[in-house]
Amino acid sequence: MNERVAIVGVGWAGFRPATPELSYKELMYDAAVRAYTDAGVNPRRDVESFVTVAEDFHEGVSIFDEYVPDQLGAALKSMQTICGDGLHGLATAYMLVRTGQFDIVAVEGHSKASNLLTKDEVTAYAQDPVLNRPLRFNTHFVAGMEMNRYLYETGTTRAQCAAVVVKNRFNALANPSAAYGADLALEDVLSGPMLSTPLGRREVADHADGAITMVLASEQAAQHLTDIPIWIEGVGWCNDSPSLESRPWGQALYTTQAAQMAYRQARINNPLQVIDFAEVDDIYAYKELQTLEALGFFRPGEAGELTADGFTTPAGELPVNVSGGSLGWGHLFEATGLARALEVVLQLRGEAGVRQLEDVEVGLVQSWRGIPTTSGAVAILSN
Amino acid sequence: MTANIKDFPGTPLSEKDFKEGKILFNHDALKGDFAWDTGIAIGSYLAALKDGVILGAACYTCNKIVVPPRTVCEWCFNPMDEYIPLMDSGTINTFSLCYVTWDVKRIEEPEIPAVIMLDGASSLDSGPIMGGIMHLLGEVEPEQVHIGMRVKAVWKPPEEREGSITDILYFKPIEEE
Repeated sequence: MNERVAIVGVGWAGFRPATPELSYKELMYDAAVRAYTDAGVNPRRDVESFVTVAEDFHEGVSIFDEYVPDQLGAALKSMQTICGDGLHGLATAYMLVRTGQFDIVAVEGHSKASNLLTKDEVTAYAQDPVLNRPLRFNTHFVAGMEMNRYLYETGTTRAQCAAVVVKNRFNALANPSAAYGADLALEDVLSGPMLSTPLGRREVADHADGAITMVLASEQAAQHLTDIPIWIEGVGWCNDSPSLESRPWGQALYTTQAAQMAYRQARINNPLQVIDFAEVDDIYAYKELQTLEALGFFRPGEAGELTADGFTTPAGELPVNVSGGSLGWGHLFEATGLARALEVVLQLRGEAGVRQLEDVEVGLVQSWRGIPTTSGAVAILSN
Repeated sequence: MTANIKDFPGTPLSEKDFKEGKILFNHDALKGDFAWDTGIAIGSYLAALKDGVILGAACYTCNKIVVPPRTVCEWCFNPMDEYIPLMDSGTINTFSLCYVTWDVKRIEEPEIPAVIMLDGASSLDSGPIMGGIMHLLGEVEPEQVHIGMRVKAVWKPPEEREGSITDILYFKPIEEE
């Protein structure tokens, strides 16, 4: 068995609202070749197994794994495609290395969201076909109902949710890879059109195209490949009930469970004390607040107030989504979790450019699979 | 199910049972509209088809030519060296006589999908040659088709081409002298 696993290479392409100049294969290649070069590995010779994440309905191709190997250097090699978030892919790659069967494993995720012309209609296919879909609601209603219950239970306000949008889109201005940087005031967010109350249209991340590849290695292999291995100290993932009828609407218990799994492995008892910064779900602004509470950083009802007070800005006590998050760089479908992990890797390496945080040693990554799911994953990384 | 088996276990369903609502089911159809960016390689390929040319991509490290072209060689993972026009004739690598249509109708006269190793792709003769195009055969008696048969593309008239794989109507046998 390999006891420790490190991220030894990262590469990405994007993120932009559209990428008409490249096919999805070319976008993936762009990210992959950068990751392999960063890690100093040759995928044909050195990478022993490949994990990718993709959802067939988003790609427009069934059994999408068939269309992955050539542009990743994975043809005629051990590979698999997971229908899950990028963090599920990272967790799987991590476990492949832990088994001791593989020393170098690559993980990939991408989004060609611009190519899917009927995003809302396809998302509706995530609703239960017999019980929920015949009611013919746009699936954003799930976020509206969840936000409504979350605000009700915690006393969080719409303005506090809007503060997440202001923070993250402002952060994105310092991230050259972000598609949706903006300098907004609270009132700009709150005065936008309603989507599904209490959720406003401007509290929802727009989609973007992009691709991310990472190379993972055992401790022994990592020593030969890099001076700055980023260690995966823990990973966890969890799904709650799919049932809209009986799920706990106010809280993200799946994130709490996933975090506890990751915290156990990383031996973390007090996350706020140990973790220096976090990249977490913000596909909807309220999710960032709900998630920070689910992760145990704050008690229910605290995240909104602390966010409005600047606790989670880059200069705050716990910087959250310094990258700009999904609101800032765009919703990347299954690549979302890897995009969040990418920012944590860059920060821990000291390669985050003008948005570099000082003295960071431990970062948390959390990702959510999107409406209408209760599917979340968490990873703890350190330098 | 085969007619040779007389007795099937269970209760058979009839069209009438569905019409009378004895069987409950939900019907729904997916609305998935996609517009895939063709990008550099496939975009070049489709543009060339419109001009009546089949493009391949060559990697001179691996001595391979692939159709359609790509930007990266899947064997050595380096960028492809160049896109090159290939002949629109070639040799059948494999084929099948298909008696069921795309929309699942049984047919008497089979459709004939085939992979054709294009002439010009075979100019690189060390290592496996990957210059095959996936298309269909026409103007041929099904029983005449065989592996190794020489065929040539039949194109749509230039004014009807739209930059699509269907700009080639089919491949037909070359009359050998």
